[in-house]
Parts: sequence; structure tokens; C-alpha cells
Amino acid sequence: MAQIAPAGTKWWSGGKSPFNVEYGKLMMWYFLMSDAFTFGAFLISYGSIRFATNGWPDPNEVFRAFPLMGSTHLPLVFVSLMTFILIASSVTMVLAVAAGHNNDQKSVTKYMILTIIGGLMFLGCQAWEWTHLHGEGAWWGRNPFPNADGSVATTNFTNFFFTITGFHGFHVFSGVIINIIMLIKNLRGDFAKRGHYLMIEKAGLYWHFVDLVWVFVFTCFYLL
Amino acid sequence: MEHTKTIDTGHHEAHFDTKPIWRTFWILLGITLVELILATIHLKTGFPPKLVVNGIYLILTCAKAFYIIAEFMHLRHEIKNLIMTIAVPATLFIWFIISFLWDGGSYKELRNRYDRHHFEQQQVKAPPMEGEKEEGHEPAAKKPGAAE
Repeated sequence: MAQIAPAGTKWWSGGKSPFNVEYGKLMMWYFLMSDAFTFGAFLISYGSIRFATNGWPDPNEVFRAFPLMGSTHLPLVFVSLMTFILIASSVTMVLAVAAGHNNDQKSVTKYMILTIIGGLMFLGCQAWEWTHLHGEGAWWGRNPFPNADGSVATTNFTNFFFTITGFHGFHVFSGVIINIIMLIKNLRGDFAKRGHYLMIEKAGLYWHFVDLVWVFVFTCFYLL
Repeated sequence: MEHTKTIDTGHHEAHFDTKPIWRTFWILLGITLVELILATIHLKTGFPPKLVVNGIYLILTCAKAFYIIAEFMHLRHEIKNLIMTIAVPATLFIWFIISFLWDGGSYKELRNRYDRHHFEQQQVKAPPMEGEKEEGHEPAAKKPGAAE
């Protein structure tokens, strides 16, 4: 713990939040907790099926393409770029939150725009990857990729890949929508009038969570 | 309208200093690069065995998750009550992961042993994909229980 509350603070004696955050932020944390279990269930069922299957496609063979590079064998490069984009947009989001703490409306606008651009770039990358894989014959129920040992693979690989990255992509999409709403509210001066930028913080929590989930999706699908 | 009050627990300036934000960014970027380099080395030389590499990936993933939650989501700087209300339920994941992966592995072993048809079907070679030059490796029967 980085900081200690003033000695003698009775957090549970009533009259204040025992978690020392406002209601909406606490509820955002609980929502993210439930969402973490949803994603956890997805990823663990993927792991369970993978552990229960004799062979599995080699991710370095499946995810080897990069836009405009033709058939050059570039495993992990594109997905690393996507990871970088998402981490960078997370940084601009924290910077927006920090600017909100300083009641700096202009900086909040700037960083929210950058965050939204990052989100859209990520979605664009994912759209390209899905299109590319679909062009190779992969989709729900269709798996053109053989197992790493050369045997015929089940469709579990593509089913899980499209379901989980799709579910994550949908989270990114809703995050971008939320961020756009926050940007509009900021431009209208709603937060400046209110005197605080806590809404930006709540949107920020959601946005970082999307980044957090991607870290696990990245490991589970592309590295392991 | 805020019905609950929050208490300023001090260190306000240090909180939203942008320095730790960039430090976290470089750490996350660095870890991702290490993962990428490790994966490339493993692909080229096969040197650290797959199991070791996977273990390193998992540790690095947890490190990245920690930095995102602690710094970006600011949880490290909240009071203990909030940290605990998130961290304690999250420990369910430990049971969740171990039991389900164990179950999957056990299912595979049992099925390979008692359903020979399934096991043999799984050895069928896939036709080579277009643009692929070399054949895959031998379908080695890795599981001692299955090979009997």
C-alpha cells in the first residue's frame, strides 16, 4: 500500500465510503470484476479444451502475416503492434485522468482524442486480421490450419479465437463509444461545470480493463 | 450528486504526477519486447524448451497485469479496503485455472487410453496448405499412457 489513511479513520463507522471512492467508481470496479470473470471463463474454457486436445495449431504459423508484406513470414509482429497501440492508448487515457485532476479541460480534450484514435487504430488492426484470416478460410466452424504436428485440427481453435477476440473487440468498440461520449461531455464543459472529472476516471478504468484483457488474450492465443 | 464523501488521504500531488505513468508505459513496452525477442529466439533455435518459455510468458503476463491494475487503474494508491474487495474475490481464479486445466488434461489422457478410434483419428495427417513447402514433423506419440 502506497499511502496510509490518517490514523484513527474509522472507515466502517458510516457517513463516508468505506472504500474511500465515490459510488460510481466503486460500482465500476465491481462491474470490471464481474467482466473479468466473464473473460476468465472464456479463456479458461479455451485452456481446458486445449489441454483436452491432442494437437493444436502453431500460432506462429497462423498469425504470421503483416499488411502489405504479402506472404513474408512475420510471426507475432502484427499482434505486437496491436499490443503497442493499446498500451499507448492506455497511457493517453491516464494522462487524460491526470489532466482532469488538474481541472485542465483542454488537455483532457487532447488526450481523450488521442485515446479514441488509439482505440480506432486497434479496431482497424483487428478488422484487418479477421479479414485476412477469413480470406485464408478460417471462421467459426472452419479451420484450415493443421496442428503443429501436421495432423488434422478441430475447429475449436478458430471458434475460440474468433469468439474471444470478437468479445474483446466488442469491448474495445464500446470503450471507444464511451470515450467519445466523455469527449463530447468535456467539450460541452459538463465536467468543468461540475468541478470534477470523475466520469473520465470511470471511463478510464473501463479502458484500462480492455487493455488488461488484451494482455491475457495476447499471451493465450499468440504466445503459448 | 455525490452522496458519499471521500477523504483526501494525502500525497495528492504525487498521485497524478505523469512520471510514474511513463515509467509504467516503458515497463509494459519492455516486457512486451522481451516476450517478442524470447519468442523469436525460441522459433529460430528452439533453445529454451517450450515449457520453460511458456512459464516465462505467464510470469511476464502477470507482471504486465499487475502494472496495469496497480498503476494505470490506480489500485495500488487506493485504501486497503478497496484493494481487498477486488483482490480477495480475484483469488478465485487460482482455483478456477488449476481445476479446469487439470480436468482438461485428465480428459485427454483418459480418452486417448480408452477411445482408440479417437486417438487414431487424431493422427491423420492434414493435407499441406497452399504455399507450404515442407511437411510437418512426425506425429510423435508423446503421451506414454497413450502409446501403450
